[in-house]
Amino acid sequence: MSENFKLEIVNPERSFLSKEEVSEVVVPAFEGEIGILKDHIPIISFLKPGIIKVFIGSEVENYYVEDGIVEFKDNSLSILTSSIFNLKDIDKNQVNNSISEAENELSKDEIDDQKRFILNHKVEVLKSISAS
Amino acid sequence: MASLDDLKKRISSVKSTQKITKAMKMVAAAKLRRAQESAERGRPYSQKMNNIILNLSGGISDKENAPKLLSGTGEDKVHLCVVLTADRGLCGGFNSNIIKKAKLYFQKISDSGKVLKIITVGSKGYDQLKRVYKDNIIENISFKESKNANYFDADKVGKILIQKFEQKEFDVCTIFYNQFKNVITQIPQEQQIIPLKINEEEKTSEENYEFEPDEDEILGNLLPKNISTQIFKAMLENSASEQGSRMSAMDNATRNAGEMVDKLTIQYNRSRQAAITKELIEIISGAESL
Repeated sequence: MSENFKLEIVNPERSFLSKEEVSEVVVPAFEGEIGILKDHIPIISFLKPGIIKVFIGSEVENYYVEDGIVEFKDNSLSILTSSIFNLKDIDKNQVNNSISEAENELSKDEIDDQKRFILNHKVEVLKSISAS
Repeated sequence: MASLDDLKKRISSVKSTQKITKAMKMVAAAKLRRAQESAERGRPYSQKMNNIILNLSGGISDKENAPKLLSGTGEDKVHLCVVLTADRGLCGGFNSNIIKKAKLYFQKISDSGKVLKIITVGSKGYDQLKRVYKDNIIENISFKESKNANYFDADKVGKILIQKFEQKEFDVCTIFYNQFKNVITQIPQEQQIIPLKINEEEKTSEENYEFEPDEDEILGNLLPKNISTQIFKAMLENSASEQGSRMSAMDNATRNAGEMVDKLTIQYNRSRQAAITKELIEIISGAESL
């Protein structure tokens, strides 16, 4: 029996990625990373900035997301996100820009704890991308 | 009767108008294809979003404390209408159809003694509404600089709406736009987005989801996004409709101009013939009298 399931990533403008046969997906959910395999129970969660890892056979594809919602049901995983980039195509300058933007935002006083947490995390992830 | 010279001028002016309308039709056709594609590509996102919200709202444990965006403020006094129109004219009944639909709704609101507020998106809607509803229009947003409908713009509108909602400036929000059916038919739509109307029949399943974090928090996070998504969907449908409507309007205009040229040419030939006949008669009767 196949151990694969369906993955679909959509952003508002188009269907970003659609794969019929993926073996595992790791998503940066709000309360920690979740690895999803076939026959996972139905789940809805939202994402914090981080890396989505998609395992297709022995290959791994990495995508950077800023936010989004994941839904898993009947062995089909949908990820809705408004900002997603393939890690291979990502532009270093763009990453650095986003870092300074996020840091700017962090230096403001009026943001709440949740936002601060997300921004801190975003900076961390982006820095690791730019270092790699 | 117009002189030959006048007719000639008329014909050439109609012909050049025809050239313009023909060019506009071609441009609209090319843009339409692109707009239609992006409208179709955008559909899965809003559909999925809707599905998730449907599933979520079914699972809400505490109906009393449900997010206000879903349950409403509990009042029904101030209605906010967002009218989405094009920035450009010459597209047939596209703008007027939306306005007509919106005006009908406005009438209903003011007849029942509720407060009406209007936000117009797109300059044409503002132009048409400002005469009658000047005092009701609280904001006019225009994206003339953006070439295509994009999510960023929609998000801007969505954020304004949510901000106004949180400041309790309105209770109910409805958006007006044209839904693209095909090139000839666009259906003006009114859609209530705050509070969200949930169609129980659409509910897909009674699946028990695991939520992380809990339902309320996800819902609170998701609903504002859904507003932007719905507006984006409306903008995409609108831009496809606009191009479709313009294409058929310009097609008609081109055809009418063609008919007009034919008619004028016949008239021109007739009067030329008449002038020649008249001259001949003059010559002949002159010769006879000698």
